[in-house]
Amino acid sequence: MIYRENGQFKTSYAADQQIFPILQDRWAILGILVFAFVAVPLLADEYLFRAILIPFLILSLAALGVNLLVGYCGQITLGAGAFMAVGAYAAYNFFVRVDDMPLLAALLLGGATSAAVGVVFGVPSLRVRGLYLAVATLAAQFFWDWAFLRIKWFTNDSSSGSVSVSNLSAFGWDLESPTDVYLFCLLILVVFALLAKNMTRGAIGRQWMAIRDMDVAAEVIGIRPMYAKLSAFAVSSFFLGVAGGLWGFVHLGAWEPAAFSLDRSFQLLFMVIIGGLGSIMGSFFGAAFIVILPIFLNQMLPWLGDLVGVSISTAGVSHAEIMIFGALIVFFLIVEPHGIARLWSTAKEKLRLWPFPH
Amino acid sequence: MGFFLEVLIGGLMTGMLYSLVALGFVLIFKASGVFNFAQGAMVLFAALAMARFSEWIPGWLGIANPVVANILAFIIAAFIMFLVAWLIERLVLRHLVNQEGATLLMATLGIAYFIDGLGQTVFGSDIYKIDVGMPKEPVMVLQDVFAGGLLINKEDFIAALVAALLVAALALFFQKTSTGRALRAVADDHQAAQSIGIPLNRIWVIVWTVAGIVALVAGIIWGSKMGVQFSLVTVALRALPVVILGGLTSVPGAIIGGLIIGVGEKMSEVYLGPLVGGGIEIWFAYMLALVFLLFRPQGLFGEKIIDRV
Repeated sequence: MIYRENGQFKTSYAADQQIFPILQDRWAILGILVFAFVAVPLLADEYLFRAILIPFLILSLAALGVNLLVGYCGQITLGAGAFMAVGAYAAYNFFVRVDDMPLLAALLLGGATSAAVGVVFGVPSLRVRGLYLAVATLAAQFFWDWAFLRIKWFTNDSSSGSVSVSNLSAFGWDLESPTDVYLFCLLILVVFALLAKNMTRGAIGRQWMAIRDMDVAAEVIGIRPMYAKLSAFAVSSFFLGVAGGLWGFVHLGAWEPAAFSLDRSFQLLFMVIIGGLGSIMGSFFGAAFIVILPIFLNQMLPWLGDLVGVSISTAGVSHAEIMIFGALIVFFLIVEPHGIARLWSTAKEKLRLWPFPH
Repeated sequence: MGFFLEVLIGGLMTGMLYSLVALGFVLIFKASGVFNFAQGAMVLFAALAMARFSEWIPGWLGIANPVVANILAFIIAAFIMFLVAWLIERLVLRHLVNQEGATLLMATLGIAYFIDGLGQTVFGSDIYKIDVGMPKEPVMVLQDVFAGGLLINKEDFIAALVAALLVAALALFFQKTSTGRALRAVADDHQAAQSIGIPLNRIWVIVWTVAGIVALVAGIIWGSKMGVQFSLVTVALRALPVVILGGLTSVPGAIIGGLIIGVGEKMSEVYLGPLVGGGIEIWFAYMLALVFLLFRPQGLFGEKIIDRV
């Protein structure tokens, strides 16, 4: 009754091709943006910012990048964390070695470096496919883990690869308080999400999807697999690189290679699969789920233990946490293999027919 | 020359151990098309069960003889691996039939997290020892051929022998028994196998059990080498290049791949490592596998990939 496109007639091509063709969607998005930019900074406290909101924004950006590659272009990658690391360390080098380097420029240059590295590590995708490719991308993960630990030049001769940055500011805007950091990340995320959405609607996104659905057939109808696959790797690595830079610079402040380990790659892949492959919206859902779930479990388990009169040790909590995390992931995959995004679109379909579905 | 041979033999023996873990991957992939990322977790879980039961059994039953305790522990651990396989089939695989490879991969990652947590909750998370009486001291051989002779680690040698025996036993099982024939049929074509009356679900349980027992043997060998601890999980990551190099669907591929990776790793560490700062063996193995993949995208012995539009 409320959510229906009846009577919304399109009178121009521009109106026909806009991102949100339904008026209610446009209002909803506007509402969410206003809420995120105005209400959240007023309402949230420091813990909420630091523990949930900022990680959520940055990992959403990274999940977007992974989703472009895995969900849209169909190239499974287990090396996403490595590209975050490349972005972070490249941005660090630009930031430290070049005088008066603006923060945003350093982050974007980090992303560009990551994109270049992504193209190189994407080359095997021209030869191998599917699970073989997934394992091949692990090479990137292990290589960069090693490189940032052992090659001193990358980390400005710091021991054990740990580096730190301070006094961050962008356009004269000091990124000191968590609110500022949150707004900065949110701005970048909004711009990149718009970019991703438009890319997937455009020629390049259609090429990626054709490659994903069947690369031989795509080649036959005139799509260049090399261009499509490598561009997907480049764009995805660019997103991941910027996300990695943000993660290191504004979230952690000081980091070491372990911040971008294999677990991070798995986590990102979980996000896009649980959120929904091939869905921009899904990346956000997945990121929210994966960021909030461990924190929720961590808080809930001791409380639940008290409730039934069992005190659980810290180690016990962390073991139970990964058990429940694993079980929930399997459960989710069984119940909805197409991710939360599919649930969302089913809900929207239902809403359109509500209250008279027949 | 003596040193080179020593490195070569060391590499071959490590390679045998890698192929043991790789075998687990190949068995499951062949029969159910699942790339089982939980193999590492299964190795850890099996090793933990073995280590703890061999520790507990003398106390429970009053048997002082370590051999009997070890054998009993092995049987119990094997039974536990069967239970794990049965539960995985019942609760997970059965519901995920015909899903995409990526979804199944993620499901096995979920299983891996679960088994990791479960193993450490039930069996504890300290470092445990498995003592199956493997000799530790190295021996010198061929002293009259080379100056100084060759130093060979007896433990590694026995481990490689056990691995070879296990592989031979598996090959016999696959080729000569009717269950083995059913397994091969399922590996060739699920639907065709089902249509002639092979119960798919039971075959999956059998395969996961066999993979679990392979994981148990791998866990015992690796565990007695480096102690039963969480880092056993990473053994599976080191066996992955072996699997893609040999081909996901080939048992001999897992063996040959293991030997190639084992030798390549040792050689790179000894001759290339000092030049670039050491610790390169883990990514070198992946790079080596990648080079092979560029020429044979389906691995050395994998089934040829044929695309039809």
